Amino acid sequence: MIPAAFEYHRPTDMAGVLAVLAEHGDEARVLAGGHSLIPMMKLRMADVPHLIDLQDVDGLSGITVEGGRVRIGAMTTQSDIIGHAALAEAAPIMREASLQIADPQVRYMGTVGGNVANGDPGNDMPGLMQCLDATFLLVGPDGEREVQARGFYEAAYMTDRADDEVLVAVAFDAPSGGYAYEKQKRKIGDYATAAAAVLLGKDGDTCTSASIAMTNLSDTPVWSEAAGAALVGTSVDAAAVDAAVAAMLGDIDPTQDNRGPIEFKRHAAAVILRRAIARAWDRA
Amino acid sequence: MAKKMHIQMTVNGEAQEFLAEPRELLIHTLRERLNITGPHIGCETSHCGACTVTLNGKSVKSCTMFVAQANGAEVTTIEGLGSPDKLHVLQEAFKEHHGLQCGFCTPGMITRASKLLEEIPNPTEEEVRFGMAGNLCRCTGYQNIVKSILAAAAEMNAAKEAAE
Ligand SMILES: Cc1cc2nc3c(=O)[nH]c(=O)nc-3n(C[C@H](O)[C@H](O)[C@H](O)COP(=O)(O)OP(=O)(O)OC[C@H]3O[C@@H](n4cnc5c(N)ncnc54)[C@H](O)[C@@H]3O)c2cc1C
Ligand code: FES
Ligand code: FES
Repeated sequence: MIPAAFEYHRPTDMAGVLAVLAEHGDEARVLAGGHSLIPMMKLRMADVPHLIDLQDVDGLSGITVEGGRVRIGAMTTQSDIIGHAALAEAAPIMREASLQIADPQVRYMGTVGGNVANGDPGNDMPGLMQCLDATFLLVGPDGEREVQARGFYEAAYMTDRADDEVLVAVAFDAPSGGYAYEKQKRKIGDYATAAAAVLLGKDGDTCTSASIAMTNLSDTPVWSEAAGAALVGTSVDAAAVDAAVAAMLGDIDPTQDNRGPIEFKRHAAAVILRRAIARAWDRA
Repeated sequence: MAKKMHIQMTVNGEAQEFLAEPRELLIHTLRERLNITGPHIGCETSHCGACTVTLNGKSVKSCTMFVAQANGAEVTTIEGLGSPDKLHVLQEAFKEHHGLQCGFCTPGMITRASKLLEEIPNPTEEEVRFGMAGNLCRCTGYQNIVKSILAAAAEMNAAKEAAE
């Protein structure tokens, strides 16, 4: 399990990162927590001649909650998220989801930036970011730009991010109403067989807004607009939930793998979404 | 041959300095270069936690970290927690409560548990199980590991109270 040799860079500012990326093009890649990239390098499924460690780059980590807007720096770890009181108040779904990622050791290292930039359909944050309608802040040779999470994922490991761009932060409006992150996994520390992120707004008995995103059920996260629409205006009664689940099943496209055959995954997706809707509605 | 890097780190309170290829994994550095063989290699694929060390205050799987990343870091392994003459409270508790059988997972278990008890000094059984989820044991069925950690927590809390 020895990866191919590489040259190691540890710049202290973003200009230094961008300079290495400019010099070495697609031979260079950034390293955040390394808990997706290093396993791939050890298996020699990723070859990175120039590895740029982001750990010393100034200003990349930290969480701010200001005026209802949440901003999380790319190098913020899952463990930082779990321990942040103001974030837990403003967007408790972040903590609920982070606690279901991997195990304590991995959460100490794994970062938000790595999780959303990786493009692995098994990662939990991308679907969560789509549910929250987050914006990703990228920086590249031509400066900064913003991309919506809902438009970022193209296929497995293919995103809108160019090779010479670095993800700096994610940002979203603090959600109101009920929330739930539900995940079916084979054991603690495993990626999802199926996971659902749900946010529901409620006025009296009526659902006023709904956002639903599914994880590891297609080669990208799936934000199911139709599933959310099936709930809005209803009292989230049995018929509405059935309609939302049916709409979600129309949007996902799971494949068979060691987590089970397609039919099983569709079944698990439906169960998980029902649970997530029930819990979010209960909390709304 | 890749270029070697000048690496400095503190391991169990002792300063270490050497040249290494950046791709060397921290677990190999510890075991093969520094002869610190407490941290074990169980899976080498980030799953079992046998290689757990404390790095700059975090529980880390040292098979999933390049030595270059650990340059400048402070590392504690099981060797830094207790010694044969003076066992750590957790080591005593594991011994007392049969928290080990073959002992292969134990250095990682205890190193992780020592950090867990810093995070949560008075954990519930559920918190112990959740906080130890990154460490696998193929022998004990976990029951006695959990018991050992809870006993160590009680012992440490009692000692703290007595000192106050
Ligand atoms: C045993 C185990 C179980 C796991 N279980 C889960 C799970 O259940 N759910 C889950 O979501 N994840 C899981 N993970 C993955 C873990 O959360 C990763 O740490 C995370 O996906 C990637 O974050 P990282 O900081 O480690 O990124 P890295 O591994 O450092 O990087 C991943 C990729 O993203 C790129 N990248 C990183 N940061 C940036 C940036 N700022 N800008 C641009 N590109 C960047 C890197 O170049 C690389 O291609 C698991 C990992 C392990 C080892
Ligand atoms: S050897 Fe590192 S996690 Fe198993
Ligand atoms: S005691 Fe044998 S693996 Fe845990």
